[in-house]
Amino acid sequence: MAGEVPVKALLFASYADAYGSTEVPLLLVAGSTVGDAVAAVRAKAPTAIPARPLVALNERYARYDEHLSPGDEIALIPPVAGG
Amino acid sequence: MRAALVTRSIDVAALIAEATDHSCGAVSVFLGTVRNMHEGKAVTGIEYKAYDAMAVRELQEILGRAHERFDTGHIVVEHRLGFLGLGEVSIAIVAAHPHRQGAMDATRYAIEEIKKSVPIWKLEHYADGTRDWVDPTRAGQPVEQAAYFAEVVG
Repeated sequence: MAGEVPVKALLFASYADAYGSTEVPLLLVAGSTVGDAVAAVRAKAPTAIPARPLVALNERYARYDEHLSPGDEIALIPPVAGG
Repeated sequence: MRAALVTRSIDVAALIAEATDHSCGAVSVFLGTVRNMHEGKAVTGIEYKAYDAMAVRELQEILGRAHERFDTGHIVVEHRLGFLGLGEVSIAIVAAHPHRQGAMDATRYAIEEIKKSVPIWKLEHYADGTRDWVDPTRAGQPVEQAAYFAEVVG
């Protein structure tokens, strides 16, 4: 449908376990931001993910006010622990 | 320069051979290994997972910054994923440089930056049969990551 923005949200580690899924398809309205996508994911399971998780947009860390395009991939990034 | 995620044992000798050449008078190696204790709980192993594509991109960007800062392109990093037992090497960073200061500074810089931003997570397996995702931002842990989060999220 015109004006809709399909995006894919990826969940990892503790967020994926708490949410019960590693991937969440979202259909957002035109003009939606990274922050809107986070809110849409959290709306389905508010207690699984903190209010303002770190987010990547297309494999780069992103600010919440960045706008989304159709086909974008966002990822909610739990505290990293590599090394 | 090369950054990779691997699912096999890390061959440190091979990385040293890869990183260095006859222009280098110093080689610095950092290894991260699985230890047997975390916050008072006995650990039996750690399972590493990553957002693979982004993790490789972040690792490459960190190596690029290390190259600029310390004037050496002789730097290689491998991070292992999957389940690792006690004592196994989870990450190896090898930097070679004409002089020791540059080699040591580059490895130190790389591991500190990796700890802040590379999307890799570890699920600790404990002797009591429980498991938990490690959260370095919890109280009592280094605060660098939390500060980085605030800066990026805005």
